[in-house]
Amino acid sequence: MLQALNAANSLQRVNDFVVKFANVNGSGSASANQLFAKSVLRMGIPVAPRNIFPSNIQGLPTWYEMRISEAGYLGAREGTDLMVAMNPQTWDQDIASIVPGGYLFYDSTKPRPASQFRDDIVVIGMPLTELCNKEYSDPRQRQLFKNIIYVGALAALLQIDIAELETLIGEQFKGKDKLIAPNIHALHMGRDYALAHLKCPIGLTLRRSDAVGDRISIEGNAAAALGAVYGGATVAAWYPITPSSSLAEAFQKYCARYRVDKVTGENRFAIVQAEDELASIGMVIGAAWNGARAFTATSGPGISLMQEFFGLAYFAEIPAVIFDVQRAGPSTGMPTRTQQCDLLACAYASHGDTKHVMLLPEDPHECFTFGALAFDLADRLQTPIFVMLDLDIGMNERLTRPFTWDDTRQMDRGKVMTAADLEAGREFGRYLDVDGDGITYRTYPGTHPTRGSFFTRGTSKDRHARYTERAEAYEENMQRLLRKFATAATLVPAPEVRAAREPTRLGAIYYGSTSAAMHEADDRLAEQGVHLDLMRVRAFPFSEEVRAFIEAHDKVFVVEQNRDAQLRTLIVNELEINPAKLQRVLHYDGSPITAGMIVEMIEEHASSTVVPIRRSAP
Amino acid sequence: MTFLPKPKLHHPGLAANTLGFTRRDYEGTISTLCAGCGHDSISAAIVHACFELDLPPHRIAKLSGIGCSSKTPTYFLGNSHGFNSVHGRMPSVLTGANLANRELIYLGVSGDGDSASIGLGQFAHAMRRGVNMVYIVENNGVYGLTKGQFSATSDKGAKSKRGVVNNDEAIDLVSMAMQLGAGFVARSFSGDKGQLVPLIQAALTHQGAAFIDCISPCVAFNNHVGSTKSFDYVREHNEAVNYLDFITEREEITVDYAPGSVEVVKQHDGSLLRLRKIAGDYDVHDRAAAISFLQHRRASGEIVTGLLYVDQEPDDLHGYMNTVSTPFNELVEADLCPGSAALDKLNAALR
Ligand SMILES: Cc1ncc(C[n+]2csc(CCOP(=O)(O)OP(=O)(O)O)c2C)c(N)n1
Ligand code: SF4
Ligand SMILES: [Mg+2]
Repeated sequence: MLQALNAANSLQRVNDFVVKFANVNGSGSASANQLFAKSVLRMGIPVAPRNIFPSNIQGLPTWYEMRISEAGYLGAREGTDLMVAMNPQTWDQDIASIVPGGYLFYDSTKPRPASQFRDDIVVIGMPLTELCNKEYSDPRQRQLFKNIIYVGALAALLQIDIAELETLIGEQFKGKDKLIAPNIHALHMGRDYALAHLKCPIGLTLRRSDAVGDRISIEGNAAAALGAVYGGATVAAWYPITPSSSLAEAFQKYCARYRVDKVTGENRFAIVQAEDELASIGMVIGAAWNGARAFTATSGPGISLMQEFFGLAYFAEIPAVIFDVQRAGPSTGMPTRTQQCDLLACAYASHGDTKHVMLLPEDPHECFTFGALAFDLADRLQTPIFVMLDLDIGMNERLTRPFTWDDTRQMDRGKVMTAADLEAGREFGRYLDVDGDGITYRTYPGTHPTRGSFFTRGTSKDRHARYTERAEAYEENMQRLLRKFATAATLVPAPEVRAAREPTRLGAIYYGSTSAAMHEADDRLAEQGVHLDLMRVRAFPFSEEVRAFIEAHDKVFVVEQNRDAQLRTLIVNELEINPAKLQRVLHYDGSPITAGMIVEMIEEHASSTVVPIRRSAP
Repeated sequence: MTFLPKPKLHHPGLAANTLGFTRRDYEGTISTLCAGCGHDSISAAIVHACFELDLPPHRIAKLSGIGCSSKTPTYFLGNSHGFNSVHGRMPSVLTGANLANRELIYLGVSGDGDSASIGLGQFAHAMRRGVNMVYIVENNGVYGLTKGQFSATSDKGAKSKRGVVNNDEAIDLVSMAMQLGAGFVARSFSGDKGQLVPLIQAALTHQGAAFIDCISPCVAFNNHVGSTKSFDYVREHNEAVNYLDFITEREEITVDYAPGSVEVVKQHDGSLLRLRKIAGDYDVHDRAAAISFLQHRRASGEIVTGLLYVDQEPDDLHGYMNTVSTPFNELVEADLCPGSAALDKLNAALR
């Protein structure tokens, strides 16, 4: 069935559209949808898939949204060009989300009244259930192959190279070869039906390209876990929480592959699923105190529980790596939605005067590099390092630069005195700043029979780690910790600047997963004559370049995915910048930010007059 | 209180152990606890046990939570690294430390508030994981450091110094440890050095989770009439099921007890525990029977002490996890980093 809209009004696009699959959680659609996405990638066309899922295992609606973009825009985009509506529950909202001139593909086994459609879209019906029921008697097969059948039909409608799909099915079922033929059969069933009964192709088509290049496709959580393996982490302690669990699980998977002794079968790693987040971070701190590289992976509520330990690690100066895969708000309601909402909770985590180092990766490539780097920084700075992912980059496969590794790279274990150092008579004072960078020497427990032992405590101590409540000793230590934080600013990844095509007095600061949408927004704004210099902040504490960038512009937009403008707060607080100069650009409803939103918000403010700093007060 | 250096004058006549260390080498700084505090006696017993066992002091890591009891690691084993962590969370820190270097001996020191109140969860999970450690709770039934509030081991009906009666059921950490799979469980009394020192020695040589609940009266807040953790009360109600002699492999065993009242227990590392049995029918290898025995005695108001359970073939967390014998903190790039070749392969699989 094809309710044809006047072809002139229907969307005509090549390699640039959004396809959205509306499914029921647990119906086996995920692997079919991934197959579809992968085939587009194999055709050399950039794709950014996103899972939009509820906090549920089976039965509730899920969506799989694919941004296909020859231009390489991987950010989310509003509106759906082709809706594959497989979930009757969400029919109305799915139909509503289609852009005018867009396409609807649905299961037409059960007829629907005309009132349930729109007349400004192209409707393509295919009796999927009927086809499956005829072909298969087993209910489970009916369900699973239905998914493959619609992929086959879409291949005909969008002109996907069927050979790519066949190859992918072969790869997917390698080792389970019996499953290959039936899957390919289902694929062809769908394709043949579409070719015979539907108008193929539709106005949205895919054409082979080389826009993917050598990029790879992986989830940020898996990339971060791989970074932990390459960074030399041996101890991982975690407590399951969406969207971070897959990071710990990926670490387990990579360790099983890379860290099992080939001869003895013994493990060069230990992963503990702890009883809670307090125990997770406690184990990390214990392991790191004892000289192993250790990390935990968590999300907002876990960060809340770990607070006291963060303070201990800060004051006692113990390395720790924390991957915070950020998600919206509290434990119920929005755990499967994305946000950049833990910046302040991490930057100033815990009791007393504390400040923590944060790394802000933009994509899986940086999840990997920062993941590995975090362990060097933790050891070098002897303090917790927070790697701030979010659900959008953590749990979605994202096209990213391939991973590279320099085999001559050595782990930076930081300032550790060995038995030989102690034997040679080097003076050891655990909190003695001999180099003036605020970083002091430590020893691992068990190093030397009579020298270099010390007592670790969060409470105040003197330079030799002896308990004291002397005011001067406390103050001196706190000042040294500030010096150390200043050193950190010189060691963390520097911000990246993308200059505007034309000289401009406007700048924009952004970070993390906002990158993709920001770059697209920037291109669109430039076309409209709004030129922005961009600075992507990659870490906290900020380097001096951040201050210089802001000073060089009249107005700087700070684009983030939280309500309270948390990065802006940090900038104002740490760099003592006039807040009037920093314009908030915020999105925080749980969906990933889009270029459209950024463009709209920046346009709104780009023209408003800039108040000079000195004249702002009446 | 500021740091009090202890005069480090080695008396020429001080006896040395086989490593050439004197008892002084196992001591720490001068205690700042109240004079007569039970915890100081436990510190002394630890010093004694380690000295006699010829343990190299720096190969022991001592970890604690927060409380008067958790302060004590400063007062013993001055040549060992110590970690005064946060309240109730020593078990997790110790677990992590143990994973990082399986070759050290881990001594966890805690209080009843630290382990049974705020830290009950971590206590339980460390026991069930079988972390190779000696975990001592210096149990005074009260929060000493915050001045006398009830802890979760305070007995129901016990009266605080201020006259308040505790209505909550007491948590018995010994029963819990046994139920949760600890490989070595004992109870003792800070005032009974003869029983405590060999128990600590036996625990130190046990290759799994060893737990000692040590009743340790708080002279400031829990040593009055009406308290069930006072020196007098414990002395009156203490029922030892056995006494222990600890014998290292090096020593010869000479049986000088009547047959039937002595049982020799061989530990995994070869050391021998000679149990001088008092309750003749008490079987230290029967976990279920031991739990039941303890419950019955507890109901009749007795505080059972001695070695209560020992697993002669214990396993530990490293065993369960099948980790390499090299301590993690000694592994280098070649052991840990798969390198660029593996990465190239992985990249290829991700296209
Ligand atoms: C998170 C936290 N809450 C409360 C305290 C205050 N506090 C310090 S010690 C202590 C109780 C210690 O009791 P116990 O473990 O029995 O040790 P004792 O002093 O009796 O040896 C408390 C509540 C703390 N240090 N940290
Ligand atoms: S308050 Fe109690 S537990 Fe604390 S030192 Fe004094 S006697 Fe010991
Ligand atoms: Mg107590």
